Amino acid sequence: MTKSVAAAPTLDVETIRKDFPVLHQRVNGHPLVYLDNAATSQKPVQVLEAISAYYRGDNANVHRGIHELSRRATEGYEGARKRMARFLGVQDPAEIVWTRGTTEGINLVASSWGGANLKEGDEILLSVMEHHSNLVPWQIVAERTGARIRYLEIDEEGRLELDALDTLLTDRTRMVSLTQMSNALGTINPIGRIAERVHAAGALLMVDGAQGAAHGEVDLPALGADFYACSGHKMCGPTGIGLLWARRELLEAMPPYQGGGEMIRFVERDHSTFADIPHKFEAGTPNIAGAIGMAAAADYLEGVGPDRILAHEQALVRYAMERLAEIPEVRVYGPKDPSERAGVLSFTMGDAHPHDISTILDTEGVAVRAGHHCAQLVMKRYEVAATARASFYLYNTRDEVDRLIDGLATVQSIFG
Amino acid sequence: MTEVQLNSLYQQLILEHYRKPKNRGKLEPYTEAVRMRNPTCGDDITLQIRVEDDRIVDARFYGEGCSISQASASMMTELLKGTTLEEALALSDRFTAMMHGDEEAAKDRSLRDLRALQGVSKFPVRIKCALLGFDALQEGVKKVRGEE
Repeated sequence: MTKSVAAAPTLDVETIRKDFPVLHQRVNGHPLVYLDNAATSQKPVQVLEAISAYYRGDNANVHRGIHELSRRATEGYEGARKRMARFLGVQDPAEIVWTRGTTEGINLVASSWGGANLKEGDEILLSVMEHHSNLVPWQIVAERTGARIRYLEIDEEGRLELDALDTLLTDRTRMVSLTQMSNALGTINPIGRIAERVHAAGALLMVDGAQGAAHGEVDLPALGADFYACSGHKMCGPTGIGLLWARRELLEAMPPYQGGGEMIRFVERDHSTFADIPHKFEAGTPNIAGAIGMAAAADYLEGVGPDRILAHEQALVRYAMERLAEIPEVRVYGPKDPSERAGVLSFTMGDAHPHDISTILDTEGVAVRAGHHCAQLVMKRYEVAATARASFYLYNTRDEVDRLIDGLATVQSIFG
Repeated sequence: MTEVQLNSLYQQLILEHYRKPKNRGKLEPYTEAVRMRNPTCGDDITLQIRVEDDRIVDARFYGEGCSISQASASMMTELLKGTTLEEALALSDRFTAMMHGDEEAAKDRSLRDLRALQGVSKFPVRIKCALLGFDALQEGVKKVRGEE
């Protein structure tokens, strides 16, 4: 082992771990080490109880009932919207649209904003670092409208090649959509600096916050984005809920994404008038319990301190990178400087395929992801078919990093 | 999963086929080529077969993937040469049965090296890796017979 990390984590991880029932189990005869947090996070009892309390005590449909339970359900659902607005530094809760998750948020913008505003010859700027959910919706709308997609490349360390930004931003660029934090490489992108240049070029900036909202403090007005999408399940909340934020005037100018109940004002035989934002974008009975669960997750994360969570993850990544450096066959992808990344470590190891690595680690109770991480353009960039990925969160410990390294020793003994 | 199961999964024979696959490369000429990919993990195998009078006279494969998918394809191509299409499908059925836990199939000596993959049946998420080459074979036979 090389020299240990300088700053001790300031989180009380042992107390935090008590809040997560799922962590306290044995997998294949070993205590579970859950290092697949970039895929989905575990949920604290506070979130589980908020969801359960809603279903046990208040369940009803929202916005359309006169009765008491409907009032409570509506209050819970709209209260959750206000909670998420506060979590993200947003003044006007009507700017928060509930979605199924980040993917739906991006699809909503690509389809609604893109469908109404893009035309042949317009350009959409993405990066090769993007998750498929920030690529495919744009490809679909580009096909539909005749717009063209251009790409920011990434360097050897998985950072955006921003020198090319001024060349790539043209008077045809209408939309730039980038991730705040790469799920495949861990890179944290300098959104603020990018936003200035995007706006100077007269384009809009959408930010994929699936990872970003979960792992650090987000102040949306300061971030500089025009659209922001994130997911509940990456940040200790339930699956099937997420949100889209955009400034009121943008949302008001956009046509509805889906039609149905909740999103209308009056329905006639051949046309309808639509509800105000945010309800215009929330057709059908929404995921009420999910919204309440996501708000409970925001309460939980704020109680812990989002900035401390990121610092904790970075300390773990720094330690894991030191330990991985002890294994010569290991190649780590992404920024070399841990302060440029969040708690995501993608790596390959000699000729042991990532799937084999993951299977072997699983026999020792260590859960990591193997594959392309929904980022096939990243894999192509580094000419690998797949990587193994360990991703950390607030409840992970240095001991768990050691368990990962021990597991890799088993991989070495089989494939070495 | 135990250490015993892990050792039975990664038998020496499997690792040998992974490191030094048999019949890896391109076949020229060939009757049919089938590419099979597993989008979730990136395993990617193209199987080429040359068929004369209903008999597979040569088989090769290329692509990339995990040790299980590559070893399985390597072992499979060793057995395919000289078999009739019917025999090839029967082999595929036997192997598939073994993957799904059929102990009798696992005792079938005609599976030769492929029997080393029996341990995969204890790892449900990896069974599709072992079957990838056989999926390509079944598709290829259908194509030769004009069923596609």
